[in-house]
Amino acid sequence: MFQYIIKRFGQAVPLLIGVSIIGFAMMHLAPGGPLAVYTLNPTITAQDIERIKHVFGLDQPIHIQYLKWAYGMFTGNWGNTFFGGRPVLDVILERVPATFLLMGSGMSLAIIIGMLIGILGAVKRYSIFDYLATTGAMVALSFPTFWFGLMTIFIFALKLGWLPSGGMYTLGGEEDLLDLLTHLILPTVVLALVLVAQWSRYTRSSFLEVIHQDYIRTAKSKGLSRGRILLRHAFPNAVSPLIALAGVQLPWLFSGALVTETIFGWPGMGRLFVDALTMKEYPVLMGMVMITAIAVILGNLLADVINALIDPRIRLE
Amino acid sequence: MMNAIRSNPEIADKSGAEALGAAGRFPQSPPSHYYESQTRRIWRRFLRHRLAVAGGGAVILLLLMAILADIVAPHDPLALDTRRRFIPPFTDPTFIFGTDEMGRDLLSRLFHGGRISLVVGIAAMFATVVTGLIIGLISGFYGGKVDNVLMRFTDTMLCFPQVFLLLVLAAFITPTVVSIALIIGLTSWMEVARIIRAQVQYIKEQDFVQAAFALGASGARIMSKELLPNAIAPVMVSATLNVANAVLMESYISFLGYGIQPPLASWGNMLTNAQSYFDLAPWLAILPGIMITLTVMSFNFLGDGLRDALDPRLRM
Repeated sequence: MFQYIIKRFGQAVPLLIGVSIIGFAMMHLAPGGPLAVYTLNPTITAQDIERIKHVFGLDQPIHIQYLKWAYGMFTGNWGNTFFGGRPVLDVILERVPATFLLMGSGMSLAIIIGMLIGILGAVKRYSIFDYLATTGAMVALSFPTFWFGLMTIFIFALKLGWLPSGGMYTLGGEEDLLDLLTHLILPTVVLALVLVAQWSRYTRSSFLEVIHQDYIRTAKSKGLSRGRILLRHAFPNAVSPLIALAGVQLPWLFSGALVTETIFGWPGMGRLFVDALTMKEYPVLMGMVMITAIAVILGNLLADVINALIDPRIRLE
Repeated sequence: MMNAIRSNPEIADKSGAEALGAAGRFPQSPPSHYYESQTRRIWRRFLRHRLAVAGGGAVILLLLMAILADIVAPHDPLALDTRRRFIPPFTDPTFIFGTDEMGRDLLSRLFHGGRISLVVGIAAMFATVVTGLIIGLISGFYGGKVDNVLMRFTDTMLCFPQVFLLLVLAAFITPTVVSIALIIGLTSWMEVARIIRAQVQYIKEQDFVQAAFALGASGARIMSKELLPNAIAPVMVSATLNVANAVLMESYISFLGYGIQPPLASWGNMLTNAQSYFDLAPWLAILPGIMITLTVMSFNFLGDGLRDALDPRLRM
């Protein structure tokens, strides 16, 4: 087990290096390069630029620059924002809780509902429910997240007035848990829609593969109840590809959160990203791209380790 | 041979073997394909998938709409007239779907916006497939170190959330139809590359490719004449689904203001301002979104049907 984890960590290292190389390349592709903030400033002369280049080591060979930059990333020195001059990492990290709250609640909702639909669909294969669920999943996968968000705001906030149309707390109100939860409902549902569709599809096929195997038939012939067979016998074997799915979904989850946060004015990382885009805050943008990619790598790593913990077959590969 | 005829009611019909009474006797047995060409078989399987056929029909209609936008659009999509802003749908016979905040005809804008969205979607699909093909072919053909580097690169690209990458790239470039299609293509080729690589690794070991090697064919020739034609079929499914994803991605970045720029309409940027006019003109938010959803759904169902029709595992 320990060996497996070490091996899996070893596989993540090249990915981290790859991510850092692509991030570095993009930094240099940005209009004006890493010095965009200075070149755009009319009071700074060409000589100044040369001097700044020298001070920052930008006149050194590219691989030396990369190593220095990567070292900075590794030690938490992600540069400062163009406007305000605050450390980029701080600016990003203070947005993480709001995003993780949204992503966590969206993912939990998706897993619960998606799995229920998927299991029911697998058990009652080719029934009307199964047909509606698989077709419905396809339809849900086709919804543009931002448009679905707009529609929920239109119906539930504007027309019915049941839920707030955006933000995390009511302005000037008491910032209590109930207020937060009412603000969380719509964004969570919007973010979860596509995930529910994916979870139901994958759960269905994963359970279908399992429930036709011999040991399930044995369990049936022993006279066990259907619920017990599904939960104790089928579930553990069907669930391991699904844990991997959670890891694979992470990039989409970040993208979906970005769109959802923009629609609902949710003060998370996605919102920060879109704001940074308008202000051309390249250090923040780069930092965000890097941090999401690193989160994806770590998330996948975690999914694999959990999988290895519950499924001995994986460990032995 | 007789079994082959008997076990397939459809073929039995056509070959006149019905007189044997075989067709009715084995209605449940799986069809055998000895007498059916591959194309026919795929076509038959595809037609059985009703939603896929509907999706295919819708795709054809959408393509016609995009091609004929100039002819079928009742008005100039860019003609402003502030005297007729916010006409609701189905109230004015000259503006069936109403008008937007600048008095432009919504129906005409939907047609022309659809043209842009579909052109971006299809161009992005080609960019995706070409990039994926090149990387997958080289990776699968050369193997070893080249394969290792290219596949780690593919894995790395998969770590980035696509919308984040797209928005950063879109902020770097001048957004045009071509550049938007290109950046969508350059951020979504990874799946195609993996499919092609797996295909190539399998095909490379087949006798006909080994024969080509033995005859001294060059690597480029083997890749283009032997591997590519045989690896392309599974990509069809991915390509179709890619159009759906590209249309979605275009709408995301255009909605956020970094894609197709106004006054040129795309379904995505038509929704940018819609949120501000929710109370006054909800149809501005509803109609473009329905078009995006319908388009993406059509391509998704079409791709799904193609997968079922082409999937070699079902053929067993």
